[in-house]
Amino acid sequence: MLSCFEATRLMSQAQERKLTLKEHLLLRFHVVVCSGCRNFKAQIGTLRAIARAYARGGKERAEPFGSRWNGGEVMTQ
Amino acid sequence: MNEQGDQTIPSHSASDVPRSQGTPGATVFDPSFLTELRHQMVCFARLQLSDPHVAEDTVHEALIAAMENAASFEGRSTFKTWVFAILKNKIADELRRKQRLTEVRSSSQCNEEEDDFSDLFDRHGFWLADRQPRRWENPESALHDTQFWQIFEACLDHLPPAQAQVFMMREFLELEASEVCAAVGISLNHLYVMLHRARMRLRRCLEEKWFQRGSPC
Repeated sequence: MLSCFEATRLMSQAQERKLTLKEHLLLRFHVVVCSGCRNFKAQIGTLRAIARAYARGGKERAEPFGSRWNGGEVMTQ
Repeated sequence: MNEQGDQTIPSHSASDVPRSQGTPGATVFDPSFLTELRHQMVCFARLQLSDPHVAEDTVHEALIAAMENAASFEGRSTFKTWVFAILKNKIADELRRKQRLTEVRSSSQCNEEEDDFSDLFDRHGFWLADRQPRRWENPESALHDTQFWQIFEACLDHLPPAQAQVFMMREFLELEASEVCAAVGISLNHLYVMLHRARMRLRRCLEEKWFQRGSPC
C-alpha cells in the first residue's frame, strides 16, 4: 500500500501530469481507506482554485467579513 | 531590459491618459488607487522576475497597455483584473524570452527542506494523528472574504522563495510544468518535488490559520 507521503506526492503530481494506470489505482485504493488523504485530495483542488481566483483579482473583489452576511449568498455590487 | 523596442510600447505615458470625463472608469485614475495597484503589481512581478528593474518595466508596460482601455471599465475591480491579466502575460513572455532568468537554488535548498515532513508523517510515511488534513468547510465562501486573502498572502510569504516562485508560475501564471522548468532551469522531477512541498506547506498554513481557526486541536 502507498504511504500517505507517497499518496500526497502523487496527488500533487496529478496537477501537472496524467498519472499512470498503476499510480492511479494505487492512489484510489489508498484514498478509500485514508480520510486524511481524502481530505488532502479535495484540498489540493481547492488550493488550485484559490490560487487562480487570487491571480484573477479575487482579493480585490472580496469584502470584509460580516458585510456579506446580510442574508444568504449575496454577491453585492 | 529590452531596449530593442521589439514590443509595441505606446508612445504616451500613463500620465498622459485623459482624466475623468464622467465615465465610471474614471475612478481608475485616482492617484492613490493607482499607487496601491502599482505597488501590488510590482510585488507580484518581483516574485516572478528576479531582476527588480525588469519587474518594474514589465509592470509599467502592463499598466500602459491597460490604461489605453481604462475608460471602458466599469470599476476598479474589473480594471484590476484586466491589469493583472496583462501583467501575467507580460511576465510569462518575459520568462519565456529570458530562460533561466532566475536561479532556483537547487540541491542545497532542497536538502534543507528535506525534513519538512518529519513532523507530519511517521517513519513509515503515514500521517501523524494530529497532522491529518481535516475537512475544509465551505471553501467557496472564503474566496469572498478579505481576511481570507490576507491569510493566503501571509501563507505565500512563508514559503521558501524558490517554492513560492514556481508555485506562482504554475498556479497564478498558469504556465505548463515544462515551461516553468525551462524558465527556471530545473528538471521536471525537481519541479514536482518543489510544487509538492509548496502545496503541503500552503494547505497546512491555510488549514491552521483559516479553516480550523478557533477549533481546538
